[in-house]
Amino acid sequence: MTLVAHAVTAGYGPRDVLHGVDLAIGPGLCAVIGPNGAGKSTLIRALAGLLVPRSGRVELDGVDLRAMSRGAIAQRVAVVPQVFDTLFPFTVREVVMLGRTARLRALAGPRDADRLAVERALGLLELGDLAGRRIDALSGGERQRAVLAMALAQETDVLLLDEPTVHLDPAHQRATLALVRDLARRSGIAAAAVLHDLNLASAMAGRIVVLDGGRVAADGPPAAVLTQRTVERIFGPGLRVLDDRVPPAVLPRS
Amino acid sequence: MRPAAALAGLGVALAGSALLGVLAGAVAVGPGDVVAALAGGADAPTTAIIRELRLPRVIAAALVGGALGVAGALLQGLLRNPLADPYVTGTSAGAALGSVASVAAGAPALVTPLAAFAGALASVAVIWRLARIGGRTTVLTVLLAGIVISSFAGAVVTLLIVASDRLALRLRAVLDILVGGVTSRSAAELAVAIAIVAGATVWALALARRLDAYAFGEETAATLGVDTDRTTASVLVVTALLTGAAVALSGLVSFVGLVIPHALRPVVGARHAVLVPACLLGGATALVLADLGARIALAPAELPVGVITGLVGAPFFLLVLARASRGVR
Repeated sequence: MTLVAHAVTAGYGPRDVLHGVDLAIGPGLCAVIGPNGAGKSTLIRALAGLLVPRSGRVELDGVDLRAMSRGAIAQRVAVVPQVFDTLFPFTVREVVMLGRTARLRALAGPRDADRLAVERALGLLELGDLAGRRIDALSGGERQRAVLAMALAQETDVLLLDEPTVHLDPAHQRATLALVRDLARRSGIAAAAVLHDLNLASAMAGRIVVLDGGRVAADGPPAAVLTQRTVERIFGPGLRVLDDRVPPAVLPRS
Repeated sequence: MRPAAALAGLGVALAGSALLGVLAGAVAVGPGDVVAALAGGADAPTTAIIRELRLPRVIAAALVGGALGVAGALLQGLLRNPLADPYVTGTSAGAALGSVASVAAGAPALVTPLAAFAGALASVAVIWRLARIGGRTTVLTVLLAGIVISSFAGAVVTLLIVASDRLALRLRAVLDILVGGVTSRSAAELAVAIAIVAGATVWALALARRLDAYAFGEETAATLGVDTDRTTASVLVVTALLTGAAVALSGLVSFVGLVIPHALRPVVGARHAVLVPACLLGGATALVLADLGARIALAPAELPVGVITGLVGAPFFLLVLARASRGVR
């Protein structure tokens, strides 16, 4: 299973954000890092088929996403969105059931497989106790976990995460990414996560893709990508890389 | 509360308020008279009052309230905005413009719902376009666009009234549309409205699950497998059908579409498969009661029901607005 971007150029209005990006996402957890405006979210949107490339194409197992319906894509690719606030009082379990939308028929109820997938996702994110609670009454971190559970309930083999840890405390950031990494290892899921925390990327991902100015600036295992030279070139002189550690760590210079 | 129990409760409330609506009025009738009139065994005046005046009026009020309640639930779900409803977004004003134009053109009465539908569809489509500018639907854009559309439709209505001398004869009909009154309607008009509201509600139920997926925005709905272009278009058409039917029957009735879904969501939950039927029953009950109030408040004079819904709905709207602006996004 692979999701491949072939020379993808994409953007909004007259402005290109991605410039000829070639990238293959395979089994395992891949972190996407880069400065603000590098095109990380745009890359996620293009990989999910939400943004049609101006040129180039995105293929899932060799099939152009443009030739697939939204329903067909949703059974293979799940996206954990940045927006996870809603003004409506859905319960956590109802939110997670939204992950089954592509597999449910309009007027029919959920089947056993759907209920099972929902309970499994709730269990994975330790949301069992919150399942009956209203999502609009939860904390930001709890809502973020509920939305991740929704994506897991889609039972896809590709998982795209756009800053999945922004609203989480450090312990939950680690736990959430460890969960995604282990899932990716165990079930052969291809996961790509946009991350701002370089240390989190270094510790959790088997592979780091660096985007800069809409182009892939570096791509490889943490030890190969997080070097003083690369980090300085992309993020400027304010960071110091401790590259004698495994995996490497990044500290702000005082 | 269990959805089935809530829906059953709302059904009982509608039956009770409908009975009250038939019983209450200038001429006193008892439940026995109602049964006799419906079975054909009452004296001629009682039969006429019940069959030709009160029952059609109660049915019309229930249809209008139910249609606006469902339309409000759909618009709020689509725009992710608890302040959206057919009235506030200008959809009703568009429908009113359509109705007035068809009356002004001297079209047959049964064309009015079609013209109202066309007007509603045009304005709700404009709202949708405006609401999407910049990729984010803000509470404020929708409200401002609604004001603009309502003002524009109002201006054209005034223009039509002043410019057309044929309208002198039809002023009463135009007034009905603008002030929001449920008058007794002919069986044919009611039959058309029943067909539209029933069909649109079934369509809304078929869209319910896809509309749930809009909870985190249109783009997330797409990643969950919803064909958002088609679904959004369908929701807009259903909303316009319901609003058009309501405005053709009763003119501009404010705030029902706003208040009903808002009040029912905490009780029945946010899932549209339950919320839609709940709003149908709850909206119908609310408007039957409001119309009853309109008939007895200043009896023997009758208020247009729009006055009642405006008086009750406006403070409610302000309350919700105050709460929403604290979290304006």
